[in-house]
Amino acid sequence: MFHWLEKNPFFFAVAVFVVIAFAGLIEILPNFAQASRPVIGTKPYTTLELAGRHVYIKNSCNACHSQLIRPFKSETDRYGKYSLSGEYAYDRPFLWGSKRTGPDLMRVGNYRTTDWHENHMKNPVAVVPGSIMPAYRWMFKNTADIDTAFAEQLTIMKAFAVPYNTEIPMADGSKVTVALADTVEGARASALEEAKVITADMKDQAVKDAVAAGTIPEIVAIIAYMNSLK
Amino acid sequence: MDNRPLEYDYTIAKWFMLTTVVLGIVGMLVGVILAWQMAFPAVNTFAGEGLAEYTNFSRLRPLHTDAVIFGFTLSGIFATWYYIGQRVLKVSMAESRFLMFLGKLHFWLYLLLVAAVVVSLLLGITTSKEYAEFEWPIDIAVVVVWVIWGMGLFGLIGIRREKSLYISIWYYIATFLGIAMLYLFNNMAIPTYFVSGGIGAWYHSVSMYSGTNDALVQWWYGHNAVAFGFTVPIVAMIYYFLPKESGQAVYSYKLSLLAFWGLMFVYLWAGGHHLLFSTVPDWMQTMGSVFSVVLILPSWGSAINMLLTMKGEWQQVAASPLIKFMILASTFYMFSTLEGPIQAIKSVNALAHFTDWIVGHVHDGALGWVAFMIMAALFHMAPRVFKREIYSKSLMNTQFWVQTLGVVLYFTSMWIAGITQGMMWRAHDEFGNLAYSFIDTVSVLQPYFTIRAVGGTLYLVGMFLFAYNMYKTMTSSRRVEENELQNASPMGA
Repeated sequence: MFHWLEKNPFFFAVAVFVVIAFAGLIEILPNFAQASRPVIGTKPYTTLELAGRHVYIKNSCNACHSQLIRPFKSETDRYGKYSLSGEYAYDRPFLWGSKRTGPDLMRVGNYRTTDWHENHMKNPVAVVPGSIMPAYRWMFKNTADIDTAFAEQLTIMKAFAVPYNTEIPMADGSKVTVALADTVEGARASALEEAKVITADMKDQAVKDAVAAGTIPEIVAIIAYMNSLK
Repeated sequence: MDNRPLEYDYTIAKWFMLTTVVLGIVGMLVGVILAWQMAFPAVNTFAGEGLAEYTNFSRLRPLHTDAVIFGFTLSGIFATWYYIGQRVLKVSMAESRFLMFLGKLHFWLYLLLVAAVVVSLLLGITTSKEYAEFEWPIDIAVVVVWVIWGMGLFGLIGIRREKSLYISIWYYIATFLGIAMLYLFNNMAIPTYFVSGGIGAWYHSVSMYSGTNDALVQWWYGHNAVAFGFTVPIVAMIYYFLPKESGQAVYSYKLSLLAFWGLMFVYLWAGGHHLLFSTVPDWMQTMGSVFSVVLILPSWGSAINMLLTMKGEWQQVAASPLIKFMILASTFYMFSTLEGPIQAIKSVNALAHFTDWIVGHVHDGALGWVAFMIMAALFHMAPRVFKREIYSKSLMNTQFWVQTLGVVLYFTSMWIAGITQGMMWRAHDEFGNLAYSFIDTVSVLQPYFTIRAVGGTLYLVGMFLFAYNMYKTMTSSRRVEENELQNASPMGA
């Protein structure tokens, strides 16, 4: 059979394809629907948080920080409860990372504050002596891309029925609604409101001024995102 | 010209040889910068505070991986294809204007893509998925370039004179199909600009998969991009170049059959080992783990087949630096394909995952196996495409030892770093509290990061020696006659 295949490139290619495609079908498809179901308490990102997530991705934070707490005592002691599949239901793309040059950030919102992040992003060694993380000072100057975040929200709501403007059950029995504006102007305005809450806890005057004047620096967005990681 | 009826056309092979060398140096240079940044963070601003956004670790890291994978390695794959393909199919590119046109189009579009990738990654336009960072406009262009290569590949096979496909051709076909399937499915995304009615950045897209599913598809891709980029086509090279250079027949045809079909079937299952102890279903993790161990068989099948090909001719390893490169590559392949399965065992993975040991594993494979084999291939091709002898044998020997030392320093330091950090993360004191804060586990790695940076720098120095040797071979080495080009490549002192 192999001799025959080696003389018939078309059937050879078909045979190779069947053999390599097999594993993907068996491994990926069976749990596909189940794995994308959220757990109680998981809610989609707000416009500012999503813009912050884009800043996180833009700077490849995931190259050094994981967002995946494995079910070991040493990890739950350090980072909090181990990760559940449903907690990632609104993560497109996933940001588990593959290397922990820095610590895991899955639940960083539980134990770090806006103030801590501001100081840390400006000068990591001032907060964590011995840190090898670079400073991210340009985030204080660059403007966050709110429009693209809003476009993504619209897209995932249309394409994947992500529940914006819908009551979402929380673990304590309460309900929360993540609002999504109808227009891009509305989205900008609501992102600005969120940004003002963040900057109230910040010290950098230039950032405070920028938000007061209606533009949102990247640092505000990424802090909003990191505060949402719980 | 007595026993050779054909004059092969190496135009496109030559062009891709050039990009192999240039992008190899670029990719590894960026890698060396990253290594020094981890040892000495001040290097993050080496071009000044103003450019820090573009020179810091996080922006450069995807550029390093993509330049080495899609720049250096892919160029090497294409260069060797446009060389080996004609020779084992016994047909010249020059015989078909259409195939020649496709080949040229392939090269120039590829070059354009490389430029687009460099710019977009430096600007931070990325999807964040490892080795699949490109946004949808580039993805579409990648597919076009890949299809053009595929048309050329199957076109050449279509007009072949030698009816039986040689082993290397099997592996090139598998490379084409494997990458095509993986790349398409992993990059499924929806451009937000169009769905939202023209809001935001036009190039932005959102993944079709979420969370755990996204991770599963990504590592099915990520692991197998290694399979079909770093293993399959490199095996294609060694199956051609080692028998050619040594004048020995491949040891066993049956072993090559077993290794090929075994590799095709087993490799794809193993992606799950990137997700051990994550939130993907347990049975999938176990499958990934088990198949990773099974993967030793087909991997070692090829490697042992190559080593046994040298049976009775081991003096050639001492005599020829070119054979040395290939034997070391094959040895590192065995080494790396044993190390990988060990890391895929659940209890080992619990320690090794997220640490530098994984980085070490990638690099003993990529530097020791992939890069050594590609450079050996280029050395073998050079006298045949430029009709000149290799400029300097002693320079080759120097390069060999400098780079070997570099790889050894690299993986040994990363082993120690990875295992040290893994042990410190999990250490508890007598009261059951964590023994170390995170920063303790980082500071302790500084010496190993420094050793790694030195190792990487040595390897890069070797790349410059390689580039110089190739340049001299191309331009000013002694011209050789066709009858000098039988087996062992002619080399100057």
